[in-house]
Amino acid sequence: MIDLGQYLLVAGILFAIGAGGIFLNRKNVIVILMSIELMLLAVNINMVAFSIYLGDLVGQVFAFIVLTVAAAEAAIGLAILVTFFRNRGDISVEAADSMRN
Amino acid sequence: MSFVELAFNVFAVLTVGCGLGVILSRNPVHSVLFLILAFISTAGLFVLMGAEYLAFLLIVVYVGAVAVLFLFVVMMLDVDFAELRSGYAQYLPIGFVVAIVLTVEIGFIVASWQIPDEAMAVRQVPVVESVQVVEPGADNEVDQGDRVLQAPNNAEQLGMVLYTRYVHFFQIAGLILLVAMIGAIILTFRERRGVKTQDVGRQVGRKREEGVEVVSVPSRKGIQL
Repeated sequence: MIDLGQYLLVAGILFAIGAGGIFLNRKNVIVILMSIELMLLAVNINMVAFSIYLGDLVGQVFAFIVLTVAAAEAAIGLAILVTFFRNRGDISVEAADSMRN
Repeated sequence: MSFVELAFNVFAVLTVGCGLGVILSRNPVHSVLFLILAFISTAGLFVLMGAEYLAFLLIVVYVGAVAVLFLFVVMMLDVDFAELRSGYAQYLPIGFVVAIVLTVEIGFIVASWQIPDEAMAVRQVPVVESVQVVEPGADNEVDQGDRVLQAPNNAEQLGMVLYTRYVHFFQIAGLILLVAMIGAIILTFRERRGVKTQDVGRQVGRKREEGVEVVSVPSRKGIQL
């Protein structure tokens, strides 16, 4: 049987990769959204690992909710992205300052 | 190294490597493909843990819906991705530092983690390990020991709590998806102006006065319309 800590370590590294990806691809909204998906995936790994090793099913119910929210967030985020691209002609985050002035 | 350990190592390395591929690859299409592989290897991790239902949900929802949505958007938008990567080297150090710091912090937490003894007592829905069948009238303990049925599988157990005790969570999840669907449609729906289309409502709702005008024509003069 694999240790709980090993799953947590994988999830932690995946979460850190997702957080780093937001900084690394600061201009590209699509990759930022994908990084957020990676972070949510890491959270899901954590929830399922704790659920299994504690023997409590609630963790998996919550992972189910997180999965739903992640899917909804991806749909809304990409819809906003498409609308933004239609209005501006590019998807650079740094160009998104139309609310400022 | 047992087979389970080997499988865990393969899936873990694939997950982390594909995560790196998502954020490091130059072409966003490659990023999406790496994302799909990361989801699939995470589903493998879930199967190893024994959460089969969530593993297949991950493949159906993430790979089948979310990743394909990403792929559509990446391919539909005509964006100069090379231009978007122009500040890449500038952000590399800070991204690297943030990732390392986060990893070290999470490593500290994992290294010092312990499940307290009380945690087992406050479990809300304990996983059913095995089902003991007690026949009415049979009080022979040796007999009862033999009648241990196999526990219901992960999907059955999850279904038993998801539709009863956590039914409100289930319905709220459905509502979230409905809101997301309506929001996405409203955001991306574009009404084209200046295009001649049939508007059935207007057509049916038209009154006689809008279309017909009765004019009395003077004799031998005619009218100017």
